[in-house]
Amino acid sequence: MALLILENVSKRFGGLVAVDGVSFAVRPGEIVGLIGPNGAGKTTLFNLISGIYRPDAGRIIFKGQRIDGLPPHLVCRLGLGRTFQLVQPFSDLTTLQNVMVGAFNQVRSEAEAARVAWDILVRVGLAEKADRPAAWLTLADRKRLEVARALATGPELLLLDEVLAGLTPREVEEALGLLRRVRDAGVTLLVIEHVMRAVMTLCDRVVVLHHGQKIAEGSPAEVASSPRVIEAYLGEEGADVA
Amino acid sequence: MKVQVDPWRKPTLIGLIVFLGVFAAAGPLLTQNRYTLQVATLILLFAYLAASWNILSGYGGQFSFGHAAFFGLGAYTSTVLFVKFGISPWVGMVAAGALSALLGLFIGLACFRSGLRGAYFALATLAFAEILRVVFVNWDWVGRSQGLLIQLVGDQPLLFQFGTRLPYYYVALGLLALVSGVTVALERHRLGYELRAIRANELAAAVLGVNIFRAKMWAIGLSAFFTGIGGTFYAQYFYYIEPFQVFGVGMSVDILLPAIIGGAGTALGPIVGSAVLVLLGEVTRTFFRGFPGADLMVFGVILILVVLFMPSGMIGTLRQGHGPFRVVRKLVKPS
Repeated sequence: MALLILENVSKRFGGLVAVDGVSFAVRPGEIVGLIGPNGAGKTTLFNLISGIYRPDAGRIIFKGQRIDGLPPHLVCRLGLGRTFQLVQPFSDLTTLQNVMVGAFNQVRSEAEAARVAWDILVRVGLAEKADRPAAWLTLADRKRLEVARALATGPELLLLDEVLAGLTPREVEEALGLLRRVRDAGVTLLVIEHVMRAVMTLCDRVVVLHHGQKIAEGSPAEVASSPRVIEAYLGEEGADVA
Repeated sequence: MKVQVDPWRKPTLIGLIVFLGVFAAAGPLLTQNRYTLQVATLILLFAYLAASWNILSGYGGQFSFGHAAFFGLGAYTSTVLFVKFGISPWVGMVAAGALSALLGLFIGLACFRSGLRGAYFALATLAFAEILRVVFVNWDWVGRSQGLLIQLVGDQPLLFQFGTRLPYYYVALGLLALVSGVTVALERHRLGYELRAIRANELAAAVLGVNIFRAKMWAIGLSAFFTGIGGTFYAQYFYYIEPFQVFGVGMSVDILLPAIIGGAGTALGPIVGSAVLVLLGEVTRTFFRGFPGADLMVFGVILILVVLFMPSGMIGTLRQGHGPFRVVRKLVKPS
């Protein structure tokens, strides 16, 4: 059975339809890519799934339970974590403490939370910066911290919003390795990504959004060769050139 | 695994023990002079009040500009219970905390449910304090604008009245130790983590499973509880309360300023800030005797300079390791 199901999900902001009747499903153990030009509605869709917005229409089902309309902290406690595109560490806390905030979902005491957080910092390669103020981290490390915090909540499904953006090619390689390890540890991933090469190598399946609508879904190769997708990215004249 | 959760934990604890220890030991010496004892007691009282404010506004980042509401309500609660019903202010103190906490929860319900934040929350708290002031100014039963006088009963510790001033000093010290202990515990508790996460970024905290509303309600409840108790202490210390004083904007400012100057969201900040502010106030007042108002102007200028050059307060700046504290930080720097 699918882990996450979206059925005809729509969201309007005034006259703008940001997400327009989107349906797709994510199966356990998959890495699904969510791509589309700027303004396609990807982040809005993440906000709908994680409970920040309530959809105007449609249903969102996670582990067989409707989650549309649930507040974010309850969505999180069901096992659905997410990261933000604009990384914002809790600046007055250390790196370890940042991750502990998420870990308190799984354990009660500070000592246990520190242990959970430490194990995750080791996994994502941030352990040696554990006791530094999170405000001091580089962009690449902040992205890792963002993933680490979400992992600490113990998610079954993790929504990643552009965790590769702004990284150097070498950092992208490291991050891809980390995401595969996360998946191998049993966490299903739904990722928004602009780095196309990464999408092609990482994702099992790709969903393409354009103007709030789903215009394609399939394997990375299928999607990349779809005329509608090429048109969406390059414009109509671009389609002729391609 | 051997990793420090918070490198500043040890320096903070040592600092607290040193401060409280010095104040405890200094008590008998201060009795030589009634003036110095009064100054020291005020340092403790405003450190206590700022530390109470700090729970909601420092750690939780929900800036209250109306803590006089809790303070005044606390002062009136115990005083009314004593003056009208003869109930010991010690009991009244607990009632004051409880009633203030209830008011805090009510304000929290009104503000946090609707997502009021930042300047809007600050204005709402100010409005609540002003409403209470107007109510008490016009309320016959509690003496209208004349307020209430606490009748002197001599040295009766059970009625929170002492023959000398020193016991008040130690009560204030005890209160400060209590709220400091709560703050230290908060820093280690899940709630403390949630509040600091909320302060930095509410949305990021929410998707990590933090129940924003619940955490804020706890914070305002605790903060109001301790502030209300401070109101009782104030009433017993001065034997007299009136609404302009205890519900005034000036009181709200006096409560929050030590935390801002010393370092909001730190356990030591309110104590350091209160010592600096009270001493500074006394020094400028003495220095500019004969020029009414000049002391306040100088006081204001110094405050502006402190906020300009140390926006995160003295302890906050010390922790960040720049500004005037670079040298000091080298000495206490956690490894």
